[in-house]
Amino acid sequence: MGTTLTKAPESAAHTVDAAGVAARIEHVSKSFATPAGQQLVLDDITLDVRQGEFVTLLGASGCGKSTLLNLVAGLDRPSAGAIATDGRPALMFQEHALFPWLTAGKNIELALKLRGLPKAERRPRTEELLTLVRLDGAYGKRVHELSGGMRQRVALARALAQDSKLLLMDEPFAALDAITRDVLHDELSRIWRETGVSVLFVTHNVREAVRLAQRVVLLSSRPGRVAHEWTVDIEQPRRIEDAAVAELSVEITEELRGEIRRHGQH
Amino acid sequence: MGSTETTTPAPREGQERDTHDLAGLEAGLDALDTVQTGRPPLRETLVQKVLPPVTAVVLVLVVWQILVWVKVTDGYKLPAPDAVWQEVENAWLQGTLLEYIWTSVSRGMFGFLMALAIGTPLGLIVARIKFVRAAIGPILSGLQSLPSVAWVPPAVIWLGLNDKMMYAVILLGAVPSIANGLVSGVDQVPPLFLRAGRTLGATGLRGTWHIVMPAALPGYLAGLKQGWAFSWRSLMAAEIIAQSPDLGMGLGQLLEAGRTNSSMSQVFLAILLILIVGIAIDLIVFSPLERWVLRSRGLLVKS
Ligand SMILES: Nc1ncnc2c1ncn2[C@@H]1O[C@H](COP(=O)(O)OP(=O)(O)OP(=O)(O)O)[C@@H](O)[C@H]1O
Ligand SMILES: [Mg+2]
Repeated sequence: MGTTLTKAPESAAHTVDAAGVAARIEHVSKSFATPAGQQLVLDDITLDVRQGEFVTLLGASGCGKSTLLNLVAGLDRPSAGAIATDGRPALMFQEHALFPWLTAGKNIELALKLRGLPKAERRPRTEELLTLVRLDGAYGKRVHELSGGMRQRVALARALAQDSKLLLMDEPFAALDAITRDVLHDELSRIWRETGVSVLFVTHNVREAVRLAQRVVLLSSRPGRVAHEWTVDIEQPRRIEDAAVAELSVEITEELRGEIRRHGQH
Repeated sequence: MGSTETTTPAPREGQERDTHDLAGLEAGLDALDTVQTGRPPLRETLVQKVLPPVTAVVLVLVVWQILVWVKVTDGYKLPAPDAVWQEVENAWLQGTLLEYIWTSVSRGMFGFLMALAIGTPLGLIVARIKFVRAAIGPILSGLQSLPSVAWVPPAVIWLGLNDKMMYAVILLGAVPSIANGLVSGVDQVPPLFLRAGRTLGATGLRGTWHIVMPAALPGYLAGLKQGWAFSWRSLMAAEIIAQSPDLGMGLGQLLEAGRTNSSMSQVFLAILLILIVGIAIDLIVFSPLERWVLRSRGLLVKS
Protein backbone atom coordinates (compact mmCIF):
# COMPACT_ATOMS: atom_id res chain seq x y z
CA MET A 1 0.00 0.00 0.00
CA GLY A 2 1.58 3.25 -1.10
CA THR A 3 -0.01 5.41 1.53
CA THR A 4 2.33 8.15 2.57
CA LEU A 5 2.10 10.28 5.61
CA THR A 6 1.80 13.98 5.18
CA LYS A 7 5.01 14.61 7.07
CA ALA A 8 6.99 14.47 3.85
CA PRO A 9 4.62 15.26 1.02
CA GLU A 10 7.25 16.75 -1.27
CA SER A 11 9.46 13.72 -1.36
CA ALA A 12 7.20 10.73 -1.32
CA ALA A 13 3.54 11.67 -1.17
CA HIS A 14 2.77 10.92 -4.75
CA THR A 15 3.55 7.26 -4.75
CA VAL A 16 1.82 4.83 -7.04
CA ASP A 17 -0.98 3.01 -5.35
CA ALA A 18 -1.01 -0.66 -6.15
CA ALA A 19 -4.57 -1.42 -5.13
CA GLY A 20 -6.29 0.17 -8.12
CA VAL A 21 -6.88 3.38 -6.24
CA ALA A 22 -6.13 6.71 -7.90
CA ALA A 23 -6.47 8.74 -4.72
CA ARG A 24 -6.79 7.69 -1.12
CA ILE A 25 -7.87 10.28 1.38
CA GLU A 26 -7.63 8.95 4.91
CA HIS A 27 -8.94 10.74 7.99
CA VAL A 28 -7.95 14.08 6.56
CA SER A 29 -8.63 17.20 8.58
CA LYS A 30 -7.72 20.73 7.76
CA SER A 31 -7.97 23.83 9.87
CA PHE A 32 -6.95 27.39 9.11
CA ALA A 33 -5.68 29.96 11.55
CA THR A 34 -8.11 32.87 11.61
CA PRO A 35 -8.31 35.93 13.85
CA ALA A 36 -11.07 34.10 15.72
CA GLY A 37 -8.80 31.12 16.37
CA GLN A 38 -8.40 27.82 14.57
CA GLN A 39 -11.22 27.21 12.13
CA LEU A 40 -11.82 23.55 11.33
CA VAL A 41 -12.78 23.37 7.66
CA LEU A 42 -12.43 19.67 6.90
CA ASP A 43 -13.06 17.07 9.57
CA ASP A 44 -11.94 13.47 9.24
CA ILE A 45 -12.60 12.98 5.53
CA THR A 46 -12.06 9.48 4.25
CA LEU A 47 -12.60 8.91 0.56
CA ASP A 48 -11.17 6.73 -2.19
CA VAL A 49 -11.24 7.43 -5.90
CA ARG A 50 -10.74 4.17 -7.75
CA GLN A 51 -8.74 4.01 -10.93
CA GLY A 52 -10.88 5.12 -13.85
CA GLU A 53 -13.68 6.25 -11.58
CA PHE A 54 -15.62 9.50 -11.94
CA VAL A 55 -16.53 10.95 -8.55
CA THR A 56 -18.24 14.27 -7.97
CA LEU A 57 -17.86 16.13 -4.73
CA LEU A 58 -20.94 18.11 -3.88
CA GLY A 59 -21.50 20.63 -1.14
CA ALA A 60 -22.76 24.04 -0.21
CA SER A 61 -20.63 27.10 -0.87
CA GLY A 62 -17.73 27.36 1.55
CA CYS A 63 -17.93 23.78 2.80
CA GLY A 64 -14.31 23.09 1.90
CA LYS A 65 -14.49 21.46 -1.52
CA SER A 66 -11.69 23.56 -2.98
CA THR A 67 -9.67 23.10 0.17
CA LEU A 68 -9.92 19.32 -0.18
CA LEU A 69 -8.99 19.45 -3.85
CA ASN A 70 -5.97 21.63 -3.10
CA LEU A 71 -4.85 19.09 -0.53
CA VAL A 72 -5.18 16.24 -3.02
CA ALA A 73 -3.31 18.33 -5.60
CA GLY A 74 -0.47 18.82 -3.11
CA LEU A 75 -0.84 22.61 -3.12
CA ASP A 76 -1.46 22.56 0.61
CA ARG A 77 -0.91 20.12 3.47
CA PRO A 78 -3.57 18.54 5.64
CA SER A 79 -3.52 19.31 9.37
CA ALA A 80 -4.06 15.63 10.08
CA GLY A 81 -4.49 12.45 8.10
CA ALA A 82 -2.88 11.22 4.92
CA ILE A 83 -3.40 11.56 1.22
CA ALA A 84 -1.89 9.23 -1.33
CA THR A 85 -2.25 9.66 -5.05
CA ASP A 86 -1.09 7.69 -8.03
CA GLY A 87 1.42 10.17 -9.39
CA ARG A 88 0.98 13.92 -9.40
CA PRO A 89 -2.65 14.81 -10.15
CA ALA A 90 -3.67 17.33 -12.78
CA LEU A 91 -5.83 20.20 -11.59
CA MET A 92 -8.33 22.29 -13.49
CA PHE A 93 -9.74 25.49 -12.01
CA GLN A 94 -12.98 27.38 -12.36
CA GLU A 95 -11.03 30.06 -14.22
CA HIS A 96 -9.22 28.62 -17.20
CA ALA A 97 -5.82 29.61 -15.74
CA LEU A 98 -4.26 29.51 -19.19
CA PHE A 99 -1.11 31.60 -19.53
CA PRO A 100 -1.94 34.63 -21.69
CA TRP A 101 1.65 35.04 -22.87
CA LEU A 102 1.45 31.71 -24.66
CA THR A 103 -0.77 30.51 -27.48
CA ALA A 104 -3.28 27.73 -26.84
CA GLY A 105 -0.88 25.18 -28.30
CA LYS A 106 2.11 26.50 -26.35
CA ASN A 107 0.16 26.27 -23.12
CA ILE A 108 -0.27 22.57 -23.74
CA GLU A 109 3.33 22.17 -24.86
CA LEU A 110 4.55 23.79 -21.65
CA ALA A 111 2.76 21.09 -19.65
CA LEU A 112 4.40 18.43 -21.84
CA LYS A 113 7.80 20.07 -21.42
CA LEU A 114 7.49 20.31 -17.66
CA ARG A 115 6.48 16.66 -17.63
CA GLY A 116 9.76 15.89 -19.40
CA LEU A 117 8.47 14.83 -22.80
CA PRO A 118 11.25 15.05 -25.44
CA LYS A 119 11.02 18.10 -27.68
CA ALA A 120 10.31 16.20 -30.87
CA GLU A 121 7.23 14.53 -29.41
CA ARG A 122 5.66 17.66 -27.99
CA ARG A 123 4.13 19.18 -31.13
CA PRO A 124 2.47 15.96 -32.35
CA ARG A 125 1.16 15.20 -28.86
CA THR A 126 -0.21 18.74 -28.59
CA GLU A 127 -2.06 18.35 -31.88
CA GLU A 128 -3.47 15.04 -30.62
CA LEU A 129 -4.73 16.67 -27.45
CA LEU A 130 -6.26 19.56 -29.37
CA THR A 131 -8.05 17.04 -31.56
CA LEU A 132 -9.25 15.24 -28.44
CA VAL A 133 -10.95 18.42 -27.20
CA ARG A 134 -12.07 19.18 -30.76
CA LEU A 135 -9.96 22.25 -31.25
CA ASP A 136 -7.91 21.30 -34.29
CA GLY A 137 -6.47 24.45 -35.76
CA ALA A 138 -6.47 26.37 -32.47
CA TYR A 139 -2.74 25.79 -31.90
CA GLY A 140 -1.69 29.34 -32.74
CA LYS A 141 -4.67 31.08 -31.16
CA ARG A 142 -4.07 33.51 -28.33
CA VAL A 143 -6.01 32.86 -25.15
CA HIS A 144 -8.01 36.10 -25.45
CA GLU A 145 -9.11 35.11 -28.93
CA LEU A 146 -10.90 32.02 -27.63
CA SER A 147 -14.42 31.83 -26.26
CA GLY A 148 -15.05 30.77 -22.66
CA GLY A 149 -15.90 27.23 -23.69
CA MET A 150 -12.85 26.95 -25.91
CA ARG A 151 -10.61 28.20 -23.12
CA GLN A 152 -11.88 25.54 -20.76
CA ARG A 153 -11.30 22.90 -23.42
CA VAL A 154 -7.72 24.09 -23.88
CA ALA A 155 -7.35 24.03 -20.10
CA LEU A 156 -8.69 20.47 -20.12
CA ALA A 157 -6.24 19.53 -22.85
CA ARG A 158 -3.42 21.09 -20.83
CA ALA A 159 -4.48 19.13 -17.75
CA LEU A 160 -4.61 15.94 -19.81
CA ALA A 161 -1.16 16.75 -21.17
CA GLN A 162 0.24 16.01 -17.74
CA ASP A 163 -0.75 12.42 -18.36
CA SER A 164 -1.84 12.07 -14.74
CA LYS A 165 -3.88 9.13 -13.58
CA LEU A 166 -6.08 11.53 -11.66
CA LEU A 167 -7.78 14.66 -12.89
CA LEU A 168 -9.03 17.10 -10.26
CA MET A 169 -11.60 19.60 -11.44
CA ASP A 170 -12.76 22.53 -9.31
CA GLU A 171 -16.08 23.77 -10.71
CA PRO A 172 -14.52 24.02 -14.15
CA PHE A 173 -17.76 24.86 -15.94
CA ALA A 174 -19.40 27.12 -13.36
CA ALA A 175 -18.70 30.31 -15.28
CA LEU A 176 -20.06 29.07 -18.61
CA ASP A 177 -23.49 29.56 -20.10
CA ALA A 178 -25.91 26.63 -19.95
CA ILE A 179 -25.58 25.45 -23.55
CA THR A 180 -21.79 25.56 -23.54
CA ARG A 181 -21.72 23.80 -20.20
CA ASP A 182 -24.00 21.08 -21.55
CA VAL A 183 -21.70 20.55 -24.51
CA LEU A 184 -18.67 20.38 -22.25
CA HIS A 185 -20.39 17.78 -20.07
CA ASP A 186 -20.74 15.61 -23.16
CA GLU A 187 -17.12 16.22 -24.07
CA LEU A 188 -15.84 15.48 -20.60
CA SER A 189 -17.83 12.23 -20.43
CA ARG A 190 -16.48 11.18 -23.82
CA ILE A 191 -12.89 12.07 -22.93
CA TRP A 192 -13.18 10.31 -19.59
CA ARG A 193 -14.36 7.13 -21.36
CA GLU A 194 -11.69 7.42 -24.04
CA THR A 195 -8.75 8.09 -21.75
CA GLY A 196 -9.69 6.06 -18.69
CA VAL A 197 -8.53 8.86 -16.41
CA SER A 198 -9.93 9.03 -12.87
CA VAL A 199 -11.81 12.23 -12.14
CA LEU A 200 -12.59 13.98 -8.88
CA PHE A 201 -14.99 16.74 -9.89
CA VAL A 202 -16.13 19.48 -7.52
CA THR A 203 -19.41 21.27 -8.06
CA HIS A 204 -22.35 22.72 -6.21
CA ASN A 205 -24.66 21.98 -9.10
CA VAL A 206 -26.54 18.79 -8.20
CA ARG A 207 -27.68 17.98 -11.72
CA GLU A 208 -24.18 18.42 -13.05
CA ALA A 209 -22.92 16.05 -10.39
CA VAL A 210 -25.48 13.39 -11.30
CA ARG A 211 -25.09 13.93 -15.03
CA LEU A 212 -21.36 13.21 -14.89
CA ALA A 213 -20.56 10.90 -12.03
CA GLN A 214 -20.47 7.26 -11.17
CA ARG A 215 -20.49 8.27 -7.57
CA VAL A 216 -21.69 11.47 -5.88
CA VAL A 217 -20.22 12.41 -2.50
CA LEU A 218 -22.03 15.01 -0.44
CA LEU A 219 -19.98 17.09 1.98
CA SER A 220 -21.56 18.74 4.97
CA SER A 221 -20.58 22.26 5.95
CA ARG A 222 -18.65 23.62 8.91
CA PRO A 223 -16.87 21.41 9.35
CA GLY A 224 -16.83 19.52 6.05
CA ARG A 225 -17.55 15.84 6.54
CA VAL A 226 -18.70 13.16 4.14
CA ALA A 227 -22.44 13.34 4.74
CA HIS A 228 -23.75 10.94 2.17
CA GLU A 229 -22.78 8.98 -0.92
CA TRP A 230 -24.75 7.82 -3.94
CA THR A 231 -23.79 5.43 -6.68
CA VAL A 232 -25.19 6.62 -9.98
CA ASP A 233 -26.20 3.70 -12.19
CA ILE A 234 -27.87 5.68 -14.92
CA GLU A 235 -26.77 4.45 -18.31
CA GLN A 236 -24.26 6.50 -20.31
CA PRO A 237 -24.47 8.58 -22.41
CA ARG A 238 -26.68 10.73 -20.24
CA ARG A 239 -28.26 14.09 -20.72
CA ILE A 240 -28.76 16.65 -18.03
CA GLU A 241 -32.49 16.72 -18.82
CA ASP A 242 -32.93 12.93 -18.49
CA ALA A 243 -35.75 11.90 -16.17
CA ALA A 244 -33.45 9.57 -14.23
CA VAL A 245 -30.93 12.36 -13.70
CA ALA A 246 -33.69 14.64 -12.50
CA GLU A 247 -35.09 12.06 -10.14
CA LEU A 248 -31.82 11.37 -8.36
CA SER A 249 -31.05 15.10 -8.35
CA VAL A 250 -34.25 15.76 -6.44
CA GLU A 251 -33.26 13.23 -3.81
CA ILE A 252 -29.75 14.63 -3.46
CA THR A 253 -30.99 18.22 -3.40
CA GLU A 254 -33.33 17.31 -0.57
CA GLU A 255 -30.39 15.90 1.38
CA LEU A 256 -28.23 18.95 0.60
CA ARG A 257 -30.99 21.27 1.78
CA GLY A 258 -31.27 19.27 4.95
CA GLU A 259 -27.54 19.74 5.53
CA ILE A 260 -27.82 23.47 4.99
CA ARG A 261 -30.94 23.73 7.17
CA ARG A 262 -29.14 22.11 10.10
CA HIS A 263 -26.95 25.21 10.31
CA GLY A 264 -29.92 27.50 10.71
CA GLN A 265 -31.10 25.65 13.79
CA HIS A 266 -28.38 26.74 16.13
CA MET B 1 -25.26 5.12 2.22
CA GLY B 2 -25.03 3.98 -1.34
CA SER B 3 -28.71 4.18 -2.18
CA THR B 4 -28.74 3.28 -5.82
CA GLU B 5 -30.88 4.75 -8.55
CA THR B 6 -31.65 2.46 -11.41
CA THR B 7 -33.97 3.86 -13.95
CA THR B 8 -34.36 2.69 -17.50
CA PRO B 9 -33.30 5.59 -19.64
CA ALA B 10 -35.41 6.67 -22.57
CA PRO B 11 -34.40 4.94 -25.80
CA ARG B 12 -31.84 7.07 -27.58
CA GLU B 13 -30.08 7.18 -30.87
CA GLY B 14 -26.71 5.54 -31.39
CA GLN B 15 -23.70 7.18 -29.89
CA GLU B 16 -22.08 7.82 -33.29
CA ARG B 17 -24.85 10.17 -34.18
CA ASP B 18 -24.59 11.79 -30.78
CA THR B 19 -20.94 12.69 -31.16
CA HIS B 20 -21.57 13.99 -34.64
CA ASP B 21 -24.30 16.31 -33.42
CA LEU B 22 -22.07 17.40 -30.59
CA ALA B 23 -19.21 18.34 -32.90
CA GLY B 24 -21.56 20.46 -34.99
CA LEU B 25 -23.05 22.17 -31.97
CA GLU B 26 -19.64 22.88 -30.60
CA ALA B 27 -18.36 24.29 -33.87
CA GLY B 28 -21.38 26.61 -33.93
CA LEU B 29 -20.78 27.78 -30.38
CA ASP B 30 -17.11 28.38 -31.08
CA ALA B 31 -17.88 30.40 -34.18
CA LEU B 32 -20.50 32.51 -32.39
CA ASP B 33 -18.33 33.13 -29.38
CA THR B 34 -14.97 33.83 -30.86
CA VAL B 35 -13.66 37.34 -30.52
CA GLN B 36 -12.60 38.92 -33.76
CA THR B 37 -9.42 40.92 -33.48
CA GLY B 38 -7.50 42.76 -36.12
CA ARG B 39 -5.28 45.78 -36.58
CA PRO B 40 -6.81 49.12 -37.49
CA PRO B 41 -6.19 50.29 -41.09
CA LEU B 42 -3.22 52.56 -41.83
CA ARG B 43 -5.35 55.62 -42.61
CA GLU B 44 -7.03 55.41 -39.24
CA THR B 45 -3.66 55.13 -37.47
CA LEU B 46 -2.40 58.21 -39.31
CA VAL B 47 -5.42 60.30 -38.42
CA GLN B 48 -5.62 59.13 -34.80
CA LYS B 49 -1.96 58.76 -33.84
CA VAL B 50 0.15 60.97 -36.12
CA LEU B 51 -2.02 63.99 -36.82
CA PRO B 52 -2.51 65.21 -33.20
CA PRO B 53 1.21 65.42 -32.23
CA VAL B 54 2.11 67.00 -35.57
CA THR B 55 -0.56 69.63 -34.99
CA ALA B 56 0.81 70.29 -31.50
CA VAL B 57 4.38 70.75 -32.80
CA VAL B 58 3.25 73.12 -35.54
CA LEU B 59 1.28 75.12 -33.00
CA VAL B 60 4.30 75.45 -30.71
CA LEU B 61 6.44 76.64 -33.65
CA VAL B 62 3.82 79.21 -34.63
CA VAL B 63 3.52 80.58 -31.09
CA TRP B 64 7.31 80.68 -30.80
CA GLN B 65 7.65 82.63 -34.06
CA ILE B 66 4.94 85.07 -32.98
CA LEU B 67 6.70 85.67 -29.66
CA VAL B 68 9.90 86.46 -31.57
CA TRP B 69 8.05 88.82 -33.93
CA VAL B 70 6.41 90.81 -31.17
CA LYS B 71 9.83 90.98 -29.44
CA VAL B 72 8.54 89.69 -26.14
CA THR B 73 12.14 89.62 -24.84
CA ASP B 74 15.68 90.38 -26.01
CA GLY B 75 16.94 88.52 -29.05
CA TYR B 76 19.77 86.78 -27.17
CA LYS B 77 17.29 85.29 -24.72
CA LEU B 78 14.86 83.98 -27.28
CA PRO B 79 16.37 83.01 -30.62
CA ALA B 80 14.11 82.75 -33.66
CA PRO B 81 13.17 79.25 -34.87
CA ASP B 82 15.15 79.74 -38.07
CA ALA B 83 18.26 80.69 -36.04
CA VAL B 84 18.02 77.35 -34.27
CA TRP B 85 17.42 75.65 -37.60
CA GLN B 86 20.59 77.40 -38.83
CA GLU B 87 22.48 75.75 -35.96
CA VAL B 88 21.10 72.36 -36.98
CA GLU B 89 22.19 72.93 -40.55
CA ASN B 90 25.68 74.09 -39.56
CA ALA B 91 26.19 71.15 -37.27
CA TRP B 92 24.93 68.82 -39.97
CA LEU B 93 27.21 70.33 -42.62
CA GLN B 94 30.21 70.12 -40.29
CA GLY B 95 29.30 66.51 -39.61
CA THR B 96 29.16 67.11 -35.87
CA LEU B 97 25.41 66.74 -35.41
CA LEU B 98 25.37 62.97 -35.54
CA GLU B 99 28.58 62.88 -33.54
CA TYR B 100 26.96 64.78 -30.64
CA ILE B 101 23.96 62.51 -30.73
CA TRP B 102 25.95 59.32 -31.09
CA THR B 103 28.34 60.19 -28.25
CA SER B 104 25.43 60.55 -25.84
CA VAL B 105 23.18 57.80 -27.21
CA SER B 106 25.92 55.18 -27.26
CA ARG B 107 26.87 56.11 -23.70
CA GLY B 108 23.24 56.08 -22.59
CA MET B 109 22.49 52.77 -24.28
CA PHE B 110 25.57 51.04 -22.97
CA GLY B 111 24.85 52.33 -19.48
CA PHE B 112 21.25 51.22 -19.80
CA LEU B 113 22.26 47.71 -20.87
CA MET B 114 24.54 47.47 -17.85
CA ALA B 115 21.69 48.68 -15.64
CA LEU B 116 19.51 46.00 -17.22
CA ALA B 117 22.05 43.29 -16.50
CA ILE B 118 22.30 44.38 -12.86
CA GLY B 119 18.73 45.48 -12.19
CA THR B 120 17.04 42.32 -13.49
CA PRO B 121 18.62 39.74 -11.19
CA LEU B 122 18.53 42.26 -8.35
CA GLY B 123 14.79 42.80 -8.84
CA LEU B 124 14.17 39.09 -9.02
CA ILE B 125 16.06 38.45 -5.81
CA VAL B 126 14.29 41.27 -3.98
CA ALA B 127 10.91 40.06 -5.23
CA ARG B 128 11.44 36.40 -4.39
CA ILE B 129 13.50 36.37 -1.21
CA LYS B 130 11.67 37.79 1.80
CA PHE B 131 14.76 38.63 3.80
CA VAL B 132 16.38 40.56 0.96
CA ARG B 133 13.15 42.41 0.32
CA ALA B 134 12.85 43.47 3.94
CA ALA B 135 16.52 44.47 3.94
CA ILE B 136 16.88 46.51 0.75
CA GLY B 137 13.37 46.84 -0.72
CA PRO B 138 12.66 50.21 0.96
CA ILE B 139 16.12 51.56 0.09
CA LEU B 140 15.59 50.58 -3.52
CA SER B 141 12.29 52.39 -3.83
CA GLY B 142 13.70 55.36 -1.90
CA LEU B 143 16.61 55.62 -4.33
CA GLN B 144 14.11 56.01 -7.13
CA SER B 145 13.03 59.37 -5.81
CA LEU B 146 16.61 60.64 -5.35
CA PRO B 147 17.47 62.93 -8.30
CA SER B 148 20.40 61.21 -9.96
CA VAL B 149 22.23 64.52 -10.42
CA ALA B 150 23.00 64.20 -6.72
CA TRP B 151 25.33 61.33 -7.60
CA VAL B 152 27.48 63.40 -9.92
CA PRO B 153 29.71 65.14 -7.32
CA PRO B 154 30.58 61.95 -5.39
CA ALA B 155 31.06 60.04 -8.63
CA VAL B 156 33.50 62.67 -9.87
CA ILE B 157 35.44 62.49 -6.62
CA TRP B 158 35.52 58.68 -6.55
CA LEU B 159 36.12 57.96 -10.20
CA GLY B 160 37.42 61.19 -11.74
CA LEU B 161 36.26 62.96 -14.88
CA ASN B 162 35.89 60.02 -17.20
CA ASP B 163 33.40 57.61 -18.80
CA LYS B 164 33.40 55.38 -15.71
CA MET B 165 31.89 58.20 -13.72
CA MET B 166 29.16 58.68 -16.34
CA TYR B 167 28.27 55.02 -16.23
CA ALA B 168 28.23 55.01 -12.45
CA VAL B 169 25.71 57.87 -12.47
CA ILE B 170 23.56 56.12 -15.08
CA LEU B 171 23.58 52.88 -13.08
CA LEU B 172 22.62 54.62 -9.88
CA GLY B 173 19.74 56.26 -11.70
CA ALA B 174 18.46 53.31 -13.72
CA VAL B 175 19.08 50.20 -11.64
CA PRO B 176 16.50 51.06 -8.95
CA SER B 177 13.83 51.74 -11.59
CA ILE B 178 14.43 48.50 -13.41
CA ALA B 179 14.59 46.45 -10.22
CA ASN B 180 11.49 48.11 -8.79
CA GLY B 181 9.56 47.59 -12.02
CA LEU B 182 10.35 43.90 -11.89
CA VAL B 183 9.43 43.69 -8.21
CA SER B 184 6.03 45.24 -8.78
CA GLY B 185 5.56 43.09 -11.88
CA VAL B 186 6.23 39.98 -9.81
CA ASP B 187 3.94 41.21 -7.04
CA GLN B 188 1.12 41.59 -9.51
CA VAL B 189 1.35 38.07 -10.91
CA PRO B 190 -2.07 36.51 -10.27
CA PRO B 191 -1.74 33.74 -7.65
CA LEU B 192 -3.83 31.54 -9.95
CA PHE B 193 -0.95 31.42 -12.44
CA LEU B 194 1.46 30.39 -9.70
CA ARG B 195 -0.87 27.62 -8.55
CA ALA B 196 -1.49 26.48 -12.11
CA GLY B 197 2.27 26.48 -12.68
CA ARG B 198 2.86 24.43 -9.56
CA THR B 199 0.36 21.77 -10.57
CA LEU B 200 2.12 21.58 -13.94
CA GLY B 201 5.40 21.01 -12.13
CA ALA B 202 6.90 24.48 -12.55
CA THR B 203 8.51 25.02 -9.15
CA GLY B 204 11.71 26.75 -8.11
CA LEU B 205 13.83 28.08 -10.97
CA ARG B 206 11.59 26.48 -13.58
CA GLY B 207 8.63 28.29 -12.05
CA THR B 208 10.56 31.56 -12.15
CA TRP B 209 11.55 31.09 -15.76
CA HIS B 210 8.30 29.70 -17.19
CA ILE B 211 5.70 31.42 -15.05
CA VAL B 212 6.92 34.32 -12.91
CA MET B 213 9.10 36.10 -15.47
CA PRO B 214 6.64 36.03 -18.38
CA ALA B 215 3.73 36.88 -16.09
CA ALA B 216 5.68 39.84 -14.70
CA LEU B 217 6.73 41.08 -18.13
CA PRO B 218 4.31 44.04 -18.38
CA GLY B 219 5.51 45.49 -15.06
CA TYR B 220 9.10 44.75 -15.99
CA LEU B 221 8.71 46.60 -19.29
CA ALA B 222 7.24 49.61 -17.51
CA GLY B 223 10.32 49.54 -15.27
CA LEU B 224 12.62 49.35 -18.29
CA LYS B 225 10.91 52.32 -19.86
CA GLN B 226 11.33 54.34 -16.72
CA GLY B 227 14.86 53.00 -16.36
CA TRP B 228 15.73 54.36 -19.79
CA ALA B 229 14.24 57.76 -18.95
CA PHE B 230 16.33 57.81 -15.77
CA SER B 231 19.47 56.69 -17.62
CA TRP B 232 19.06 59.48 -20.13
CA ARG B 233 18.40 62.11 -17.50
CA SER B 234 21.32 61.01 -15.33
CA LEU B 235 23.61 61.02 -18.31
CA MET B 236 22.61 64.55 -19.30
CA ALA B 237 23.16 65.75 -15.73
CA ALA B 238 26.59 64.10 -15.72
CA GLU B 239 27.54 65.52 -19.12
CA ILE B 240 26.54 69.05 -18.19
CA ILE B 241 28.57 68.99 -15.01
CA ALA B 242 31.56 67.03 -16.25
CA GLN B 243 33.38 69.00 -18.91
CA SER B 244 36.66 67.57 -20.12
CA PRO B 245 38.24 67.26 -23.56
CA ASP B 246 38.71 63.51 -23.00
CA LEU B 247 34.97 63.04 -22.66
CA GLY B 248 34.15 64.17 -26.18
CA MET B 249 31.18 66.30 -27.09
CA GLY B 250 27.88 64.82 -26.03
CA LEU B 251 24.55 66.62 -25.94
CA GLY B 252 25.03 67.67 -22.33
CA GLN B 253 28.43 69.15 -23.14
CA LEU B 254 26.92 70.88 -26.15
CA LEU B 255 24.34 72.49 -23.90
CA GLU B 256 26.94 73.66 -21.42
CA ALA B 257 29.16 74.95 -24.24
CA GLY B 258 26.21 76.95 -25.57
CA ARG B 259 25.83 78.56 -22.18
CA THR B 260 29.50 79.50 -21.86
CA ASN B 261 29.46 80.86 -25.45
CA SER B 262 26.26 82.77 -24.66
CA SER B 263 24.78 81.19 -27.76
CA MET B 264 21.11 80.75 -27.04
CA SER B 265 20.44 79.08 -30.37
CA GLN B 266 23.03 76.43 -29.50
CA VAL B 267 21.40 75.93 -26.10
CA PHE B 268 18.06 75.52 -27.81
CA LEU B 269 19.57 73.09 -30.28
CA ALA B 270 20.99 70.98 -27.45
CA ILE B 271 17.73 70.96 -25.51
CA LEU B 272 15.81 70.06 -28.63
CA LEU B 273 18.15 67.20 -29.45
CA ILE B 274 18.02 65.84 -25.89
CA LEU B 275 14.24 65.91 -26.04
CA ILE B 276 14.04 64.37 -29.48
CA VAL B 277 16.43 61.54 -28.65
CA GLY B 278 14.49 60.73 -25.48
CA ILE B 279 11.21 60.63 -27.37
CA ALA B 280 12.66 58.75 -30.32
CA ILE B 281 14.14 55.95 -28.22
CA ASP B 282 10.81 55.57 -26.46
CA LEU B 283 8.91 55.53 -29.75
CA ILE B 284 11.32 53.22 -31.55
CA VAL B 285 12.17 50.76 -28.79
CA PHE B 286 9.91 50.78 -25.78
CA SER B 287 6.46 51.68 -27.02
CA PRO B 288 6.37 49.00 -29.74
CA LEU B 289 7.71 46.44 -27.26
CA GLU B 290 5.10 47.35 -24.68
CA ARG B 291 2.28 47.39 -27.22
CA TRP B 292 3.34 44.06 -28.64
CA VAL B 293 3.31 42.47 -25.18
CA LEU B 294 -0.06 43.95 -24.27
CA ARG B 295 -1.64 43.16 -27.62
CA SER B 296 -0.49 39.55 -27.64
CA ARG B 297 -2.14 39.14 -24.23
CA GLY B 298 -5.34 40.86 -25.25
CA LEU B 299 -4.70 43.65 -22.75
CA LEU B 300 -4.59 46.50 -25.24
CA VAL B 301 -7.96 48.21 -25.06
CA LYS B 302 -8.87 49.80 -28.34
CA SER B 303 -10.15 53.31 -27.87
N1 LIG C 1 -6.21 30.01 3.29
C1 LIG C 1 -7.31 30.09 4.07
N2 LIG C 1 -7.26 30.70 5.26
C2 LIG C 1 -8.36 30.79 6.05
N3 LIG C 1 -9.55 30.27 5.75
C3 LIG C 1 -9.67 29.63 4.57
C4 LIG C 1 -8.56 29.51 3.66
N4 LIG C 1 -8.98 28.84 2.57
C5 LIG C 1 -10.27 28.55 2.78
N5 LIG C 1 -10.70 29.02 3.97
C6 LIG C 1 -12.04 28.86 4.54
O1 LIG C 1 -12.39 27.53 4.40
C7 LIG C 1 -13.74 27.40 4.05
C8 LIG C 1 -13.88 26.51 2.86
O2 LIG C 1 -13.34 27.15 1.73
P1 LIG C 1 -13.37 26.47 0.29
O3 LIG C 1 -12.86 27.47 -0.68
O4 LIG C 1 -12.67 25.19 0.35
O5 LIG C 1 -14.92 26.22 0.06
P2 LIG C 1 -15.67 25.67 -1.23
O6 LIG C 1 -16.47 24.52 -0.79
O7 LIG C 1 -14.71 25.46 -2.32
O8 LIG C 1 -16.62 26.89 -1.57
P3 LIG C 1 -17.14 27.41 -2.98
O9 LIG C 1 -18.28 26.53 -3.36
O10 LIG C 1 -17.59 28.79 -2.68
O11 LIG C 1 -16.01 27.36 -3.92
C9 LIG C 1 -14.28 28.79 3.85
O12 LIG C 1 -15.03 29.14 4.98
C10 LIG C 1 -13.06 29.65 3.75
O13 LIG C 1 -13.30 30.89 4.32
MG1 LIG D 1 -14.37 26.40 -4.24
